[in-house]
Amino acid sequence: MDFSVIVEYFPRLMQGTWVSLQLILLSVVLGGVFALPIALARISKNPLISGLPFAYIFFFRGTPLLVQIFLVYYGASQFEVVRESFLWPILKEPFWCAIIAFTLNTSAYTAEIFRGAIQAIPVGEVEACKVVGMTKVQMYRRILLPRAFGIVLPAYGNEIILMLKGSALASTITILDLTGMARTIIARTYTPIEIFLAAGAIYLIISMVVIAIFKQVEKRQNRYLGPNPVKLPDDV
Amino acid sequence: MIDLSGFGNQLLLGAVITVELALASLAVGLVLGLLGASAKLSSVKSLQWIANGYTTIIRGIPELLTVLIIYFGATSVLMAIGGLFGYEEYIEIGPFAAGVTALGLTFGAYATEVFRGALQSIPKGQNEAAVALGMGRIRTFYRIILPQVWRMALPGLGNLFLVLLKDTALVSVVGLDDIMRKANIAVSSTKEPFLFYSAAAVLYLGLTIVSMSVVYFLEKRANRGIKRA
Repeated sequence: MDFSVIVEYFPRLMQGTWVSLQLILLSVVLGGVFALPIALARISKNPLISGLPFAYIFFFRGTPLLVQIFLVYYGASQFEVVRESFLWPILKEPFWCAIIAFTLNTSAYTAEIFRGAIQAIPVGEVEACKVVGMTKVQMYRRILLPRAFGIVLPAYGNEIILMLKGSALASTITILDLTGMARTIIARTYTPIEIFLAAGAIYLIISMVVIAIFKQVEKRQNRYLGPNPVKLPDDV
Repeated sequence: MIDLSGFGNQLLLGAVITVELALASLAVGLVLGLLGASAKLSSVKSLQWIANGYTTIIRGIPELLTVLIIYFGATSVLMAIGGLFGYEEYIEIGPFAAGVTALGLTFGAYATEVFRGALQSIPKGQNEAAVALGMGRIRTFYRIILPQVWRMALPGLGNLFLVLLKDTALVSVVGLDDIMRKANIAVSSTKEPFLFYSAAAVLYLGLTIVSMSVVYFLEKRANRGIKRA
């Protein structure tokens, strides 16, 4: 074991970390934006509306992320049409391919989380909205979505951690993210254990920061429950 | 019919490897999960620390990194251990063994939490009743506790298995001949990436559907003693 390589290559690992963070942030934000309409369409009772989101979610949750990345990065270039279209400058860049694949993937998972949260809201609250004469849009904007946001937080935090771990797959399409950088360094120094452990420690630190942030947000969002939520017996 | 240029057979062979890897990792992971949950619930502080460290570390680093660490790192570690005993030959572990170890460790870490929740949900009275009947600790565990834990843990374990199934694709990165690597080989010789990665996706979807229905039947069986409202 020779831990001086970690010190020597620390700046390179930091470069990789920055790329990883960009990947995670962009795809989580974009995925979150896409997830909401998908979730709302998925809830619809009309099978014509809920059918497509169902298939979308099923495909992206049922296949490995690695397959999805390869489909976007290698698969799209199989078609002449794609290579000559205006999208090609984006689709030939591994970075943007990774963003596309991650966004599609995380939006499917996040949509399911949103759906679960919206459906977890007690029926009574929906009925109360209707009784006071809210329109459907008002009901969602004022009651259901803010409520769902509080319910969603723990699961959403987990999804971001999963995305953080999924981002390591970017290294398979030549991106020098944290894992990719670690593999490049190892190819030069042949010190797999030291460098991989260092990369693992950095991932661990990032996920702990994410967990800490979510704890704070959760505390704020659910502050109406009070500092020590008292659990009343069911029959009160 | 879609023309897979003769690689269809190869993809199916890859699917067999994928299933073998998933089942072997499942077995390792279930054992680790039960051990981890018992350690977390034990009154021995050092066992709790070990189990907490294990789940925190494994759940916080990417599965791909775990696979790479085990595959490339295990060789160095095993050679160092071998060196202590005067064994100087080159030791190498194959991609399958590395995959089972890495995915088993991952599954075990998540399963620890599932089993812990299930173990805690069993009323104390069950244990006391078994003791009152004169059962020993081991017999109580496998006759009374385990069947109930199984029922509680099954939905969580089913989800984890679906995750595990998809994570098996990562082991192709270190050269295991699973669906993913067979697809890569087919792509490099036919130059039809979209076709073969779609075929791989369909195979994974098929495996997902099969696992979901198996879990559904297991859940139905485990719940046969419970009245549903």
